[in-house]
Amino acid sequence: MKPFAYARAGDADQAVAEALAPQARFIAGGTNLLDLMKLQIETPAKLVDITRLPLGGITPRDEGGVSIGALVPNSDLAADPRIIADYEVLSRALLAGASGQLRNKATTGGNLLQRTRCYYFYDTATPCNKREPGSGCSAIGGVNRILAVLGTSEKCIATHPSDMAVAMRALDATIVTQKPDGDRRRIAIGDFYRLPGDTPQIETVLEPGELITAVELPPKVEGARHLYRKVRDRASYAFALVSVAGVVRMDGDVVASASLAFGGLAPMPWRNPAVEAAIVGKPATDANFAAAADALLADAKGQGSNDFKIPLARRTLIASLRELTGK
Amino acid sequence: MKFNINGKTHDAEVDVRTSLLDLCREHLGLTGSKKGCDHGQCGACTMLVDGRRINSCLTLAVMHEDSEIVTIEGLGQVGDLHPMQDAFVRHDGYQCGYCTPGQICSAVGMLGEVEKGWPSHASADLTAVELSDAEISERMSGNLCRCAAYPNIVDAIREVAGKGDRQPVLEAAREIGA
Ligand SMILES: Cc1cc2nc3c(=O)[nH]c(=O)nc-3n(C[C@H](O)[C@H](O)[C@H](O)COP(=O)(O)OP(=O)(O)OC[C@H]3O[C@@H](n4cnc5c(N)ncnc54)[C@H](O)[C@@H]3O)c2cc1C
Ligand code: SF4
Ligand code: FES
Ligand code: FES
Repeated sequence: MKPFAYARAGDADQAVAEALAPQARFIAGGTNLLDLMKLQIETPAKLVDITRLPLGGITPRDEGGVSIGALVPNSDLAADPRIIADYEVLSRALLAGASGQLRNKATTGGNLLQRTRCYYFYDTATPCNKREPGSGCSAIGGVNRILAVLGTSEKCIATHPSDMAVAMRALDATIVTQKPDGDRRRIAIGDFYRLPGDTPQIETVLEPGELITAVELPPKVEGARHLYRKVRDRASYAFALVSVAGVVRMDGDVVASASLAFGGLAPMPWRNPAVEAAIVGKPATDANFAAAADALLADAKGQGSNDFKIPLARRTLIASLRELTGK
Repeated sequence: MKFNINGKTHDAEVDVRTSLLDLCREHLGLTGSKKGCDHGQCGACTMLVDGRRINSCLTLAVMHEDSEIVTIEGLGQVGDLHPMQDAFVRHDGYQCGYCTPGQICSAVGMLGEVEKGWPSHASADLTAVELSDAEISERMSGNLCRCAAYPNIVDAIREVAGKGDRQPVLEAAREIGA
């Protein structure tokens, strides 16, 4: 690990002030950042320890819904009775990720910002545009079994590995931040992540030193069914090859509302309104489910060893919709 | 820096880069916790920090100056074993023993989570947790055992949890959808 300066912040103002230093990074659970620092993939000059900030609560909002503090551990969030009752898809997604030990440390903010598991990103002996802009992408034409089929660019085909973020995308979460100048922002999760384009090293719209303070969820969808289905190489403790987060409300045999987000397929938790439009207001039939899968995968591009993800995503979506609609 | 480990205060001057695991093993002579991968993937380094099981390789010592840390040495010693240590010995829950300190700390933390009613990926109903064998396996999946002592590890944990006999293998397999 490269040497770094360490500062402990007591509140958000102090944290963002400390983070103004060049190459400063916040550290929360540390389960992703320290992993990458040991390999010198991340080499911050300064770590700002935010674990003492008072951002560990889950509170109801006046407008309905909840506000989840950026430091709420993944395990506590998954087990929270209000989350289980109103946002089961979020509990399920969290419980499908990592291990008991990791979830005890991993935080809401850190989970959103965890970085890709692309093998070449981790292997500092190989070119990688995300790790070293301009060096090239070893995964294109290389071993890319776990990588993306949607939203990729010629510079990077990495996936975002979070399960939690996929559920939050289906739940229309809003990310609340504080900037170094004290300004606060509320960013819809759909606007939070950036596609790789020519700059795969830039993954979100956060500015340097901008602190996530909370994630807000809107009021629950009454009478909806929730599902998180994760397909992976082993039954536990593995990242998603494909995952589906769904919240669907039925009106008799007709799909009254649906929100669907996807993991393992793209550089960000993926959502495409055309997928939902293919089933909303229509009877829950396999033909409509197939149309939803067509909409999801119309622009999908396999890279060789990840070609299997395209039929896998189709089948996983259709199976998920059958379950969500009680078919 | 001062650390509270196994009920004792320890003084150590360490580089801020030092992980909690390296602090214990390299600086304080507490070598019970093991380093398998150093990247959060194996669970051999599991400790209980403020009552929660965590991977001590993926956290900095300096971040835990005010934490209450318990390692395998603090759980129990020869002649005064923790019930989980005792059960691992009686059920032969290991072969080489390298993963064992992490397994035991993890199991103790895990049963605390069950007591709080925390569900797992294996829970059909997230509000009613029943500690079946499939639940134990899922909840312990962050602890790898190269010797594959898994069946005996599950036996030991089941006994400490007070769940009695081994589930028929077929029933357990059905539960995890195998
Ligand atoms: C072996 C292993 C298996 C895993 N399996 C899964 C899995 O199956 N599914 C899954 O979803 N995840 C998995 N993970 C990843 C895990 O979920 C993440 O490491 C964790 O969520 C990161 O949270 P953290 O608090 O530890 O982040 P940190 O490591 O502390 O930080 C991560 C990044 O976020 C930044 N950051 C943290 N908090 C804030 C904030 N409040 N504001 C601004 N920036 C912030 C940091 O600067 C850093 O860049 C796995 C990890 C490991 C090691
Ligand atoms: S896919 Fe992205 S992260 Fe992986 S090697 Fe290419 S540029 Fe790097
Ligand atoms: S040594 Fe910490 S998880 Fe492997
Ligand atoms: S007993 Fe050898 S690794 Fe578990």
